Amino acid sequence: MATSSVSKGCFVFRPDFKKRKVSVPIEDYFNKGKNESEDSKLRFETYRLIWQQMKSETEQLQEELNKNLFDSLIEFLQKSYSGFQKNSRNWGYQTKLREIPTAALILGVNVTDHDLTFRSLTEALQNNVTPYVVSLQAKDCPDMKHFLQKLVSQLMDCYVDVKSKEEERVQVTKKKTHYSMDSLSSWYMTVAQKTDPKMPRKKRTTSSKWQSPPVVLILKDMESFTTKVLQDFIIISSEHLHEFPLILIFGIATSPIIIHRLLSHAVSSLLCIELFQSLSCKEHLTTMLDKLSLLEHFYSQPLSVLCCNLPEAKRRVNFLSDNQCENIRRLPSFRRYVEKQASGKQVALLTNERFLKEETQLLLENLHIYHTNYFLVLRCLHKFTSSLPKYPLGRQIGELYCTCLEKNIWDSEEYVSVLQLLRMLAKDELMTILQKCLKVFKSSSEKLLGSTAKKIQEFLAQFQSLDADAKEEEDASGSQSKGLPKTDLYHLQKSLLEMKELRRTSKKQTKFEVLREKVVNFIDCLVREYLLRPETQPLHEVAYFSAAHALREHLNAAPRIALHTALNNPYYYLKNEALKSEEGCIPNIAPDICIAYKLHLECSRLINLVDWSEAFATVVTAAEKMDANSTTSEEMNEIIHARFIRAVSELELLGFIKPTKQKTDHVARLTWGGC
Amino acid sequence: MPHLENMVLCRESQVSTLQSLFGERHHFSFPSIFIYGHTASGKTYVTQTLLKTLELPHVFVNCVECFTLRLLLEQILNKLNHLSSSENGCPTEITCETFNDFVHLFKQVTKAENLKDQTVYIVLDKAECLRDMEANLLPGFLRLQELTDRNVTVIFLSEIVWEKFRSNTGCFEPFVLYFPDYSIGNLQKILSHDHPPEYSADFYAAYINILLGVFYTVCRDLKELRHLAVLNFPKYCEPVVKGEASERDTRKLWRNIEPHLKKAMQTVYLREISSSQWEKLQKDDTDPGQLKGLSAYTHVELPYYSKFILIAAYLASYNPARTDKRFFLKHHGKIKKTNFLKKHEKTSNHLLGPKPFPLDRLLAILYSIVDSRVAPTANIFSQITSLVTLQLLALVSHDDQLGGPKYKCTVSLDFIRAIARTVNFDIIKYLYDFL
Repeated sequence: MATSSVSKGCFVFRPDFKKRKVSVPIEDYFNKGKNESEDSKLRFETYRLIWQQMKSETEQLQEELNKNLFDSLIEFLQKSYSGFQKNSRNWGYQTKLREIPTAALILGVNVTDHDLTFRSLTEALQNNVTPYVVSLQAKDCPDMKHFLQKLVSQLMDCYVDVKSKEEERVQVTKKKTHYSMDSLSSWYMTVAQKTDPKMPRKKRTTSSKWQSPPVVLILKDMESFTTKVLQDFIIISSEHLHEFPLILIFGIATSPIIIHRLLSHAVSSLLCIELFQSLSCKEHLTTMLDKLSLLEHFYSQPLSVLCCNLPEAKRRVNFLSDNQCENIRRLPSFRRYVEKQASGKQVALLTNERFLKEETQLLLENLHIYHTNYFLVLRCLHKFTSSLPKYPLGRQIGELYCTCLEKNIWDSEEYVSVLQLLRMLAKDELMTILQKCLKVFKSSSEKLLGSTAKKIQEFLAQFQSLDADAKEEEDASGSQSKGLPKTDLYHLQKSLLEMKELRRTSKKQTKFEVLREKVVNFIDCLVREYLLRPETQPLHEVAYFSAAHALREHLNAAPRIALHTALNNPYYYLKNEALKSEEGCIPNIAPDICIAYKLHLECSRLINLVDWSEAFATVVTAAEKMDANSTTSEEMNEIIHARFIRAVSELELLGFIKPTKQKTDHVARLTWGGC
Repeated sequence: MPHLENMVLCRESQVSTLQSLFGERHHFSFPSIFIYGHTASGKTYVTQTLLKTLELPHVFVNCVECFTLRLLLEQILNKLNHLSSSENGCPTEITCETFNDFVHLFKQVTKAENLKDQTVYIVLDKAECLRDMEANLLPGFLRLQELTDRNVTVIFLSEIVWEKFRSNTGCFEPFVLYFPDYSIGNLQKILSHDHPPEYSADFYAAYINILLGVFYTVCRDLKELRHLAVLNFPKYCEPVVKGEASERDTRKLWRNIEPHLKKAMQTVYLREISSSQWEKLQKDDTDPGQLKGLSAYTHVELPYYSKFILIAAYLASYNPARTDKRFFLKHHGKIKKTNFLKKHEKTSNHLLGPKPFPLDRLLAILYSIVDSRVAPTANIFSQITSLVTLQLLALVSHDDQLGGPKYKCTVSLDFIRAIARTVNFDIIKYLYDFL
């Protein structure tokens, strides 16, 4: 599957909210409006399977990435408190300021989902350091009171968790309205004392290694906290530090300078800050895009049943219905393929189901081979390009992949410049790259490109043998530079020109240069042979997704445009035939707000409410075929007036207009552009 | 009292003033005493030691900690209650909502046998926080003796002068006592006082002398100096421990420690490197230059469009709105800087700071500086919001004003230039100030 391979090159957060939303009605959704023959159920199952597989892969990847960071963090936390306990009798310890151990965790702006990281961090800390891990968000803590309230309630929850594990009954008086640091630290003392004597020193688990396990407080978004709350809290807790062992973790999205900007020197001197930086996140959202495209793909392409691993696909081909066979025949890529075949075969392909199925199996197999080769060569090419200055083909393998998918890469200017640059590489650079490539080819279990691997090995061997020859060559070049005979200026010039001419024509390439040329040509051939666009492959529709624009629509919500469409053309969303109208005219049975909106589009910046109301009434009464002279018209007018007022206030709520004081009985438009 | 003199150094006059103010145990003292002085000038320490050694009944409350009226009042009452009934076990918690209740409850609590015939002291540390609480609180505490009709003295400790406390009504003037900053001699004496037991007092005093020589110009905070002294002392002892120098070899010791302290001034003192990291460096004997301080990490990674939004915001903040035409329209014609501008616009906008701009102007600039077409999608809007939460932009108008929110760009020129460089945008060309 194309997508799973790409996901190895980058990492991304599993969009589990999307999954939840989607997975409940998804099966029905797949079925709805599709005829049974399209195997929607099977397609859905396959989709689910691949999704699961990808999900676990990305999760694993993310765990690995976080592991380093967490390990160092945990080490810091453990050290900071074991130090406290060890030195408590020391002279230095007694005179030194007590600082709150603080970890500044820089996560970067691009990491969209810090929550996930923090959740796994909390878990890791609870398993390794202390049961008391609390995390707070700025929006919950506008002032000290709320800050402490949140802190205490979360702490008590932690406490209950611990207790329930130890199967003890405790009554926690949660309904305390006023929290202070005093009550908090006294609560902590009782808890710490309670847990302490029950467990003999030897039997203690790692989680309660210390006499009093520290309390870890994670501030998820340091930037958003107000200075006052933070400063006050730090001052207070530093005074209680000896009875309430606190560790702070600041989650920082931008840069650590924010600490100095938020906290005054007097306060930051109470902290002992160490910095932890998560990996610079070169993450793209590719995996997520992959997943979405997966959904769309399975939904819209009936033939995607075949998009699974090879043996399974072959089996399924045998069970294809007539209808599905017809679908295959309709695929543009398949048609192109058929056209290229001999005429007898063409007929057979188009009429004989059995023959078609066999041919399809063959084609699918080819597609798989193409795919594996494609990625091997792609990675190989990436090894070459990623070491070049300025990265003409992008730094990440993902970028390279995108360019390759879009067009034939060898037609691009960048590719030409890459080859030029490759021709200038030094020997040791070239050799390391080749070694890397060899590793790529060897890592794959497929022996498809075995000959290529062998070829690379040969190249390497030749380069090594060059080393031996190099000495001789140096000697030869040294003898060339013989001194010029003493002559006058004219002759000197002449002879120099001659020499230059000579050198240009008969410039002998060194062995290394010849070999380098060979390597570059070899890579070029590889690329041209294997990095064909997927569209060139027959049956590529089965496995490749091309409707990226549909995805873009799903991902890039455009609220303004959607709102405009909804109000301007209600048929688009409501699908009521009566609302279908020509461009520019107002269907009079449209919802009131649509009518008001359309009328307001015709106005300039200030709208006269009376005019607007009259226009509204005209449109509406035309709809109701009201006789203006009828007896009930007075009442009707009032109703219409009320409807108008409601529409106007709805528009105000949506932010299209606002009341203004510039002119009486006018409202101001907040958007521009007419209909 | 020789005992007290050993514990409180260089504050003799203040101690004697306080002692004479306190008088005998049963004497009524001054109703309120206001003690102020700079950070770490011994206000809290002197008051606390004095009250403790004289064994006077007192309550010590930190006002930062008691961020609501109720917390403050209850803490005072409960602590008092604890004092009065120390023999008969745990007293019940008192609840108190208003100052009026407080006065009543205070009377009840101080009726107890052991508080009755002597002055009770209430010390309010960090008293400047009282100004942000209820308006009646400060005048109430100042007149507590009068209101409760009990022998009580309230002591305020603050870093701010009394004049800044005085509100317009009902303030009783307290006795104001100033704690001056410690002189260099005082600092020397106090710091040398707590020398480590394994070294002689003279050796440590010599070290303190060097330390003050380096740090006295930048830092007079006793706590900070003491912290630095402890941190760097192992380095000073190093030659002695290794046997390369004797304790009297001051010159050699000085040459060893002086550059080290100077480095400490640039790193640990500014909290660029934490003390634990500093200690570790010292132990491993590595060059502190290798460790990057906090401020060295300036690189901020932003999504592609966020960078442009930030650039657009910066332009909108520092260019006058009327010049937008000149920068972003193709055929703007020549506009000369001198004639074009009103007088007040001629001062550098960078000196005046960022100006607020409406969202629409930001978007308009954004569309013209981004090469590709940008649709006003939720994506763009949410990026603006997240820039606000990152505090790179600031929302100027009120939160619930939906129509036309206004922003300010809060980043520096260096920062925006670094950002602009990553997207190959020459921001200087678009800034009016640099025309």
